[in-house]
Amino acid sequence: MNNHQITINRWKDKIFYWYGLICTVSGVLILAVFLYSIIIEGWDRLNWQFFTSLPSRRPSSAGILVPLLGTLWIMILTTIIAVPIGIAAAIYLEEYGKKNKFAEFIEVNIANLAGVPSIIYGLLALEIFVRIMGLGRSLLSGALTLSLLILPIVIVSTREALKSVPKTIREASYALGATKWKTIWNAVLPSAAGGILTGVILAISRAIGETAPLVVIGAMLYITTIPTHPLDDFSVLPIQIYNWLSRPQKGFIENATAAIIVLLAITFILNGIAIYLRNKWQSKVKW
Amino acid sequence: MRKIAILVSTSLVLFSCGGKKQEQNQLTGTINIDGSSTVYPITEAVAEEFKKVYPDVKVAVALSGTGGGFKKFVRGETDINDASRPISHYEDSVAKANGIEYIELVVAYDGLAVVVNPKNTWCNDIKVEELKKIWEPEAQGKITHWNQIRPEWPNQPLHLYGAGVESGTYDYFTEAIVGKAHSSRGDYTASEDDNVLVQGVSSDVNALGFFGFAYYEENKDKLKLVAVDNGNGPVLPSVETVKNKTYSPLSRPLFIYINNKAAERKEVQEFVSFYLDKITSLVPEVGYIPLSNDELQAVKTKWEEFLSKHKKN
Repeated sequence: MNNHQITINRWKDKIFYWYGLICTVSGVLILAVFLYSIIIEGWDRLNWQFFTSLPSRRPSSAGILVPLLGTLWIMILTTIIAVPIGIAAAIYLEEYGKKNKFAEFIEVNIANLAGVPSIIYGLLALEIFVRIMGLGRSLLSGALTLSLLILPIVIVSTREALKSVPKTIREASYALGATKWKTIWNAVLPSAAGGILTGVILAISRAIGETAPLVVIGAMLYITTIPTHPLDDFSVLPIQIYNWLSRPQKGFIENATAAIIVLLAITFILNGIAIYLRNKWQSKVKW
Repeated sequence: MRKIAILVSTSLVLFSCGGKKQEQNQLTGTINIDGSSTVYPITEAVAEEFKKVYPDVKVAVALSGTGGGFKKFVRGETDINDASRPISHYEDSVAKANGIEYIELVVAYDGLAVVVNPKNTWCNDIKVEELKKIWEPEAQGKITHWNQIRPEWPNQPLHLYGAGVESGTYDYFTEAIVGKAHSSRGDYTASEDDNVLVQGVSSDVNALGFFGFAYYEENKDKLKLVAVDNGNGPVLPSVETVKNKTYSPLSRPLFIYINNKAAERKEVQEFVSFYLDKITSLVPEVGYIPLSNDELQAVKTKWEEFLSKHKKN
């Protein structure tokens, strides 16, 4: 009887092994099929003209110059706005904040904000940034919107990185007579930098893939001028892709897949940098 | 900041083409356009051509939908609104309350195509009453098979595909067929993206769908067009039948609305005149049906008269 039980358990073990394997492989397989079909369809459109042309009614002469620059602008502005605020907030919550009801309240709220659908941020931004602050559908409005969106992610990941710094590092610093600020600046932050940067980069790569909140603030736009300063109108790659996919002409679908390749490439590069930084810092910081 | 940037860029451009002296090209300014995603491809094409002649005028064309666009237009936030239906009484009253006056110009026609799967051998034409019977709210859950529409059609399930309820296309179709805008059965596959509907109908033998004629044109091999009979015999939509109004009631005019105040600006005047000059060649290129010569002439006259009345400088 006991023997029988063991056989059954072994079988269960095997079944679960295969189940897990199939799940893993199917995820990768779906991604592979997706990448394959995208590359097959869009690769031919990826030439210099595609990167340097303005939008056009003719699919073959249309390009992604305006949305590509828009995406780069948004990436930079969002980083400048969200990262310092996010990191500072995380440092406060993790290092200075007292563990009381108020801190708990803030913590719960940040966790909740991370789960709010992105379009809600768009509606909020439409009222506050676009209308009340009068920024219009500008790059700055877009960057502020996406900053709101990624702030919770930056805060949460920074806090995790700070938490992973061993207590002994802090104690050693205090033992040498350093103040709290010096300890954070000289000991804690450098040790946590890898984790913080990884979180920041992943948050940014989420931001550049967002469409809905930017559509709400009015970035679904045809413009013939490239954005040159933060108050210019703009468009971004995901919106251009969305726009092209809804057009009747086949050529636009092809353009959309080519633009998807570009967007994917940017995301992959960002994620690659994140992994590289994490590995680099992990080998550098020894405790 | 913005003004400085415009000044700098303008002076740079002036400096760089000082020798050539291109007088008309020195027009500058910004034109803000919003509205219908149906009209958008036309305005986009015009803006693209306009840019070639007047490189310093910034034209921004957004697409919030006809209704979304009018919301901004009646607050004076945009200069021109693209519309796939006329302005509503409500929108007009808001405009009046805000002191906004405007002019309406017809720029093209759009036909709505009724389509079935190419493997569908029985349905070649359909009467307007039959479409009404299929799409009216009372049909929900009741008209579910082809033979309920016409007894000689097979006893096969009927699968419906149509525009999503937020689109001007839906408003138009329900108004023309059911008789009341925004009123239809709810149990059909709805999408704001016509390509999704094309995909649906082309892979479902029992499908019946409707969407913009341009989407049929681009997918002729995957779809079968159904002739619509409004009592004068079945008519297939085509450039001719939409133009000469025999394809009825499923063809509609497309409009642009221009804010009177904006129309006092030189760049907006140029843009609209340019628009009317170019639509004959650009409209077919993006899949819509151009106005007849007489109609175009009438629209141009309307615009000229408006201009002479409002030109201040």
